[in-house]
Amino acid sequence: MTTPHDASWPAAEAEPAPAALTPADVADAARLVSFGLQAKLLPARDAEYAELVRRHREDPAFARLADAVATGLNLVVLEVSARAGMALAAAEESVFAVRMGDYSRRAASETTDRFLHGLAHLAVAAMAFPRPEDLADEGYLGRITVNGVDAFVRQACRRLEEQAELTGDNTDPSSDAPGLEAAWRVWARRSTTGATKDARRLSGSTIGITGKAVAFLVDSGFLQKASDDAGGTYRTTARYQLQVRDLAGSAAMAELIDLGVVPVTDGSATLLPADHSDELVADAGLPFHSL
Amino acid sequence: MTVIADQPAERELRPPAQGARPAPGPAADEGLARRLKALACTAPLHDLDNRKVNLAGEYGGYAMAEVGLAAIDLVTLHMDFDTGADREIVLARLLPRVAAQSPDRPGAEHQRVARWVLESLINVGSVDRGFRAVYGTFDADGGYVRRDYDFKLIEEVPGPDGGVYLRTTDEAVNVLVGALDTDVTSAQIAAEVKLEVLIRRGRLADAQLAAEQARYRTVQYAETLRRVLDATRRNVRAVDWMQAVPDLIDEALDHIADRYRHENAILTNIRRARDEAEEPSHKRQAAELVDIVKDCIRRHTQLQARLLEAGPLFRAEQDRQAFAAPTARSGIDLYGHLLAPVLRLPIEQAIRPTDAFFAHGAGLRTPTAVRVADLVDLLLTPPVEREHLGAELPDPDLVATPDDSRFSEAQLEAALDLLDLPPDAPRRLSGLLAEARRQDPELPYLVALLAVHAASPPVGTAYRQGEERLLFAVDDGATLADPEFGGADLIVGSALLDAVGMAADRKDAR
Repeated sequence: MTTPHDASWPAAEAEPAPAALTPADVADAARLVSFGLQAKLLPARDAEYAELVRRHREDPAFARLADAVATGLNLVVLEVSARAGMALAAAEESVFAVRMGDYSRRAASETTDRFLHGLAHLAVAAMAFPRPEDLADEGYLGRITVNGVDAFVRQACRRLEEQAELTGDNTDPSSDAPGLEAAWRVWARRSTTGATKDARRLSGSTIGITGKAVAFLVDSGFLQKASDDAGGTYRTTARYQLQVRDLAGSAAMAELIDLGVVPVTDGSATLLPADHSDELVADAGLPFHSL
Repeated sequence: MTVIADQPAERELRPPAQGARPAPGPAADEGLARRLKALACTAPLHDLDNRKVNLAGEYGGYAMAEVGLAAIDLVTLHMDFDTGADREIVLARLLPRVAAQSPDRPGAEHQRVARWVLESLINVGSVDRGFRAVYGTFDADGGYVRRDYDFKLIEEVPGPDGGVYLRTTDEAVNVLVGALDTDVTSAQIAAEVKLEVLIRRGRLADAQLAAEQARYRTVQYAETLRRVLDATRRNVRAVDWMQAVPDLIDEALDHIADRYRHENAILTNIRRARDEAEEPSHKRQAAELVDIVKDCIRRHTQLQARLLEAGPLFRAEQDRQAFAAPTARSGIDLYGHLLAPVLRLPIEQAIRPTDAFFAHGAGLRTPTAVRVADLVDLLLTPPVEREHLGAELPDPDLVATPDDSRFSEAQLEAALDLLDLPPDAPRRLSGLLAEARRQDPELPYLVALLAVHAASPPVGTAYRQGEERLLFAVDDGATLADPEFGGADLIVGSALLDAVGMAADRKDAR
């Protein structure tokens, strides 16, 4: 079902089309893209959308046309299928891309806040797909809670703090070089939550930041709210899996490798410390909490 | 200090002849840093008294550092394991001390002071809601480095009901409840200091709290172990049976051994308290504590039994799962490949992968495009009345229900008047009944009910709610001679509760 994309495909437009495409076909192709832009809409909910998705699958010429429309709009087609609809992602510099400054005003000026917001998104994805096979399995539905994500990151931070203590490192950052502060400390020292005058979440707290990320992902059609338990419980959608697996994960990984950090990949990633820590943190019931 | 000159030499192989140098070396530097950190933890308290002059109004009469320390004590005593201390309870308990410091000022001001102190200790104004102190150390090359030490005294945590609760941090417990020269981040020391102080001072109620908290930790160990075993049943390789789980089991066994020691200390103390206690309430408290300690020991035994089962279960599951076919995997492990390495990086580097993840993982937004023609229309349209109130509710048809209560308000008032006895003159129930019968033939029933109810008065609740007097009834064996009622001729009286004094005692004793 996945439509493969490589850089060479626009050349296909030059090929002679078997059947002449009419302006009506172009309108249909654009209509399919516009459905794809409505991230929360699913083909199962809209007969016209379902029909266009079916046509995309069965009519290669139409598929190429629809993909061309998307590319012209600076969009990347991740998949066209009945389960995800036309899953689109904004290419860089696209008018559809979300900029951090629009996402959070504070994040535009404060490096630490920008990092915390980005990390919250990464942590949500890591909690939603804790094992590598969860990203590969198309039937997998991730489940996260806002408090759980925060607790999960805090647990990871505490682990790093303990490791630093074992090796006797002083992790307190130098006052002259705040940029050298270890990333985990930034999350750990931010308050978890806080009382506000109007009984809303304290937006600068880590739960507030995670809550914002999750609410944003709901609007992007990546998560669906399941209940209000534990700060909000959410399920993942097929689109989120595609977005994380095909785009976000590799983009972040490329940056990481560019920084010279090469995580060990031996194919059997379950043996990394990731998984047992997931088991221990799942649902914010942290062990060994102090008095 | 001579540390600067000495530091580089410290890393070389030191000839034994140089052993007698006067400079203390990096270990002393570390100790100094530790004490500087401990000292920093007290700064917010001193700061309270310095900042009180900035408050609008006359606040010179309040000892803010004392109120602050009392607030930390209150939060420490009131927090339990799964949530924390309720902010309103802490504020209410703090008020008597604030009021005692400046009794002729209005109550609203006392509340304002209590709230101000608590919010200052949380440091509500800052984005991290914490404090930062700068201290200097010498790095490995002998260079002097200023470092930021971030700490919190009281932190806000989410409760299971979605509310916000307060917890004192390990730093606050170690420095401000324990002593000054301790490792300020050790949770274990914090717990032990607390318990030992409590036992040494004979604070039974608090020792009970600590024992309950230790029991909770035992439950937590059991819960963690259960989760690990569940995970093992699903996937043996998802759980680190090489290190993490053996460590967990060792830790839990140490915890059990340790708790046996502490609970024996508590038991010794209870026995002494019980033997020396004259008052029945103290004896009862001691007896309750025995029950709790017994339950603790029972849970420790239970945990120990489960710990013994863990090994065999692992071996059985390993045998069963070793033959399962491997599943397909995708290339990327979000935690192991991305999140964990990112957290290790310095923030100026870590921001690049997180920015990339955000840019590609947050989804897309369709920008709003407005035509000028629409804009004019839009701006000229009168605002729509917002229907946030929803549809109009139909007026409910109310039917007056007959008042079927047996006693009227006036009767209740009369009965309470009758039972409003002076604390030094308790009365027999028979006399009260006779007097009630003279006022109203129905009244004796109500008086009898209230008297029977007072036979087992909720002292603890009344004390917690800060009530000043409490009705009680005691059976001394006399038989009631009354035409309508039978049973014991109770002695009914009212007891004065020194709620304020008791709350103050509680704090002074610490």
